[in-house]
Amino acid sequence: MIEDPVLRTTNLSKNFGGISVLNSVDFHVGSNESLGLIGDNGAGKSTLVKILAGVYSPSGGEIFFNGSPVTFNSPSDARDAGIEIIYQDLALCDDLDAASNIFLGRELRHRVGVSRWLDRRTMMDEARIALAELGADIPPDQLVGSMSGGQRQLISVARALQFSPKLLLMDEPTAALSNTKIHLLLDLVKKLKNKGVSVILISHRFTDLISVCDRIIAMREGAIKAEIVPDLDKVSEMMAIMQAALSGESIS
Amino acid sequence: MMAHVDSIKKGATASNNSFLIRAEKVKNHLGPTILGLLAVLAAEILIFTIKSPYFLHVGNFANIGRAMSIIGIGSLGATIVIIAGGFDLSVGSIMAAAGMLASFLCNQGLSTGIGLVSALFLGGVIGLLNGSVIAFFRINPLITTLAMLSIVRGIAYIISGGDAIVISNSAFLAIGTNDFLGIPITVWITVALFLVMGALMPRTRLGRYVYAIGSSLRASKLSGIHVNRWIILFYVISGVTAALAGFVTVARTGQAEPSANIGAELDMITAVILGGTSLRGGKGKLLGTFLALIVLAILSNGLILSGIPSYWQLPIKGLVLMTAIIWGEIRRTSRDVD
Repeated sequence: MIEDPVLRTTNLSKNFGGISVLNSVDFHVGSNESLGLIGDNGAGKSTLVKILAGVYSPSGGEIFFNGSPVTFNSPSDARDAGIEIIYQDLALCDDLDAASNIFLGRELRHRVGVSRWLDRRTMMDEARIALAELGADIPPDQLVGSMSGGQRQLISVARALQFSPKLLLMDEPTAALSNTKIHLLLDLVKKLKNKGVSVILISHRFTDLISVCDRIIAMREGAIKAEIVPDLDKVSEMMAIMQAALSGESIS
Repeated sequence: MMAHVDSIKKGATASNNSFLIRAEKVKNHLGPTILGLLAVLAAEILIFTIKSPYFLHVGNFANIGRAMSIIGIGSLGATIVIIAGGFDLSVGSIMAAAGMLASFLCNQGLSTGIGLVSALFLGGVIGLLNGSVIAFFRINPLITTLAMLSIVRGIAYIISGGDAIVISNSAFLAIGTNDFLGIPITVWITVALFLVMGALMPRTRLGRYVYAIGSSLRASKLSGIHVNRWIILFYVISGVTAALAGFVTVARTGQAEPSANIGAELDMITAVILGGTSLRGGKGKLLGTFLALIVLAILSNGLILSGIPSYWQLPIKGLVLMTAIIWGEIRRTSRDVD
């Protein structure tokens, strides 16, 4: 195990009713590391990242963040700790503009008399800068409901990066993107890593994971079945390992 | 010389362009619903001025103002709840119960202020119950507030034994009958409430979260917003504004009765929907509701002045509501196609 994991879990489990969807998962993510998660539908990947994002509470086990045990009772707790997530369906409010979505739940406010009012101008300015840094030509006052799929994805990314996360969780971020947009997103993962942000990237596309991830974990039936360090010279060998792990066959 | 003329022409064109750009911005900011309501308002004034010589009389405008203010005060809370993706059918019952409580307390010798605060408190508590059931048990707001409509109205009947309470407190009655600067006090109250809430909506988290929760409850929740607390607050606001509307009703009519304000919720919902608020949540403006209230009040007043029997008003209002819903749906689907 690397010396300074940003995040570590021990015996992490989750049951919905009587059904176990995550069984004693132990894993870690290092600082500046990009970790890939692969697995079929129902493997437990999304449940795992939603626990880390504070959406679900674990049924058992522990989470350590920056070396300390943490309990996330809500998405706010995880965000306050420095964990951001980009949801598969993006989780945006179509009737709000780009800036309002980027700052939703964490609005900047300034004092007016005894009350605190929204600092709309600063939020607009900061949203404009954030979108420009992502290369997005989107006015911050444009309604999200009027945007294309790619633009919406960028709003979601801008929201996740706005408050300088230490760990970014990306749940199938490439699922609804064109090939060009997928490459832009994967480049972004590399840039984030260079900036010191750790990333957990969920994807069904093994080739995407192999191109940007330092390690890849394969999950099946709520448990980790294999872990590899990508090597571009041994792609077919790694694919065989992953395939075996995902299908439950033994590796010959 | 030619260069000078060209520069003047260019200046004029630039000035025209800047005016057009500004006009376009105002048009976009107001939106088609507000502009449509302003057009309907102008048409109403024109038609009823021709139909009745009394329509443009100052006293008639005071009547229109008094008529719209009761539903207007309640519509404020209803707009917030509907933009937030909810619904409150219990407002009419809250109005009756709050009016009866205030009347009872004032007739016991307590001050109008205590009567008012008690009425608002009752409205707030009923809103709290509505909001809590909807937020924590995820029960459909229509069902929840329909049940609350019956419960509150029933309790008002049980406690009063079905009897009306006649008000003798002159300070209480003055709120509903007196004018200030020639304008009814109830109109001042309505306009002040709309101005205050209209100023708060774009500047506070309250306003931001009304739209966010109405647009996507899930996205709001995942963004760390305590959606349950906010939903409860929206229903508390609806309860308090309904209670104030009930208080004003009693101040205007001079008596409180358990059967008062039956159907008020439908008038409020008509104003809110006609004002452009989406039944699906996430969209709407207080200005739209306010203009719709004026349109509806002038319609009722104009129909009476034109000699059209009062029972025609109900189907006409229903028709207006139906048209507003169909118009909103056509606009929504055309946007989706775009």
